[in-house]
Amino acid sequence: MALVWDGLRQALGLLAGGDADVFGITLRSLEISGAATCLSLLLGIPLGVALALGRFPGRGLAISLVNTGMGLPPVVVGLFVSILLWRSGPFGFLEWIYTPIAMVLAQLAIAAPIVTGLTLAAIQQIPDRFRLQMRGLGASRGQLLWVLLREARLPMLAAAMAGFGGVISEVGASLMVGGNIRGQTRVLTTATVLAASKGNFDVAIALSVLLLAIMFLVNAALTWIQQRRAP
Amino acid sequence: MGQPRLADRGRQGDRTRWPAPAVAGLVLLGLGLRLAAPGDGAAARAVILATTTSTQDSGLLDVLVPLFERRTGYPVRAVAVGTGAALKLGADGNADVVLVHAPALEREYLGTGVLIDRRLVMHNDFVLVGPPADPAGIRRRPAGRAAGALGQIARTGSRFVSRGDRSGTHLKEQALWKAAGVVPGGDWYVESGQGMGATLTIASEKRAYTLTDRGTFLAFQKRVELRIVLEGDPALANVYHVLRPDPVRAPRVNVAGGRALEDFLVSPAAQATIETFGVELYGAPLFFPDAGKPEPK
Repeated sequence: MALVWDGLRQALGLLAGGDADVFGITLRSLEISGAATCLSLLLGIPLGVALALGRFPGRGLAISLVNTGMGLPPVVVGLFVSILLWRSGPFGFLEWIYTPIAMVLAQLAIAAPIVTGLTLAAIQQIPDRFRLQMRGLGASRGQLLWVLLREARLPMLAAAMAGFGGVISEVGASLMVGGNIRGQTRVLTTATVLAASKGNFDVAIALSVLLLAIMFLVNAALTWIQQRRAP
Repeated sequence: MGQPRLADRGRQGDRTRWPAPAVAGLVLLGLGLRLAAPGDGAAARAVILATTTSTQDSGLLDVLVPLFERRTGYPVRAVAVGTGAALKLGADGNADVVLVHAPALEREYLGTGVLIDRRLVMHNDFVLVGPPADPAGIRRRPAGRAAGALGQIARTGSRFVSRGDRSGTHLKEQALWKAAGVVPGGDWYVESGQGMGATLTIASEKRAYTLTDRGTFLAFQKRVELRIVLEGDPALANVYHVLRPDPVRAPRVNVAGGRALEDFLVSPAAQATIETFGVELYGAPLFFPDAGKPEPK
């Protein structure tokens, strides 16, 4: 237990001392996972809405695939993104492997199904009759969509939180496609793995505490937005 | 914000509200692209170095890589994996240079011609560690032969933790079992599938023996209840070589950058850095520079 206290003390020290390495790692985690989450929202929300409202052959299968994707194992994503981005792979010419771009792509593949699936559920829980009524009142397609999204905004913010939480805490894919390169692709989770494998358990604990603090702050901000106008 | 939205403002309101999340998304996308590849904007193309976890976990890479980058201007992407994986990355042209420690496997790749230009960089040694009580009685053995010691561990059924990950250490361990004439397996033989640090921790918790490189053990010895039970056998030498893929077979590799990094690792500057590395922290060097010396037997 002394180890944990030492770790907490070291975490405070690293934060208070403004350690440049730790600051860079923290900022990079936020940038990469933030970018991946935003992209997953841009991709997942339209897809979720389309799956919720559309009627087309294969829709049931598509929904099953999305729901399976919500639990996509990060190491599997990491392996496939690596195979695609290695020089020997089809997208090797882009030279994206072991760069933050590769990490954003892998994290996008992890977060997008989560956002899509939760958007789908959020839109579907709005009663059908509400939609009929809106149409009856003369709402255009765009207006109807906008109202539905507004109605579903609380669960959709939950989707954003779930997506962000999924990718910032993920380590398998980031390690494989990013390579945990110091100053380039080292993020909080991969730095924690390295610290532990080096036997620097106090640093590992410090980084873990930082990760938890960031997840709390981001989720607290989103919760504040979510609950601000709730009844 | 506090003003209630009126229904008849609907369409207008939509227009002004929609962009906010989209703009936020684009800003972050921009951020992501900015992150793309620090230093890649410069003329030099990044060099991918595939190496072993021991060079990263010991901190040696954190010293050598920045020195190379400053001297040549090539940005380096150093990826630490097991020796087996590093050689495969090089053989497939997915890395420009490999720094590894499994001479027998290296020679296989040289033989097929996919990897070329192998040069001796440095060495240290492996040690056999075990619980202080030494249940297999390795320290009481007269002659310090590693293969014989492993044979005794197998005969007494004392627990042994293997890396089991095709790392250089694992390959060395397998060679020693072969020399001992033992096919390891059974309740006493545990495969961790993890890095050296994690494996030492597991061996300590399970009161088991394991084979480790000296550097990682030096870094871990305060945290684990393990003692060196055997050292100094020439068969326990841990030799590091640098190799690169044949550009004819792997056309996408960064040939100039890869050769520059190879040249650097055997240069006097890098060799001097290797010689003094770890002295301050552990009181003894972790690696011994070997560039230009004859190949060890």
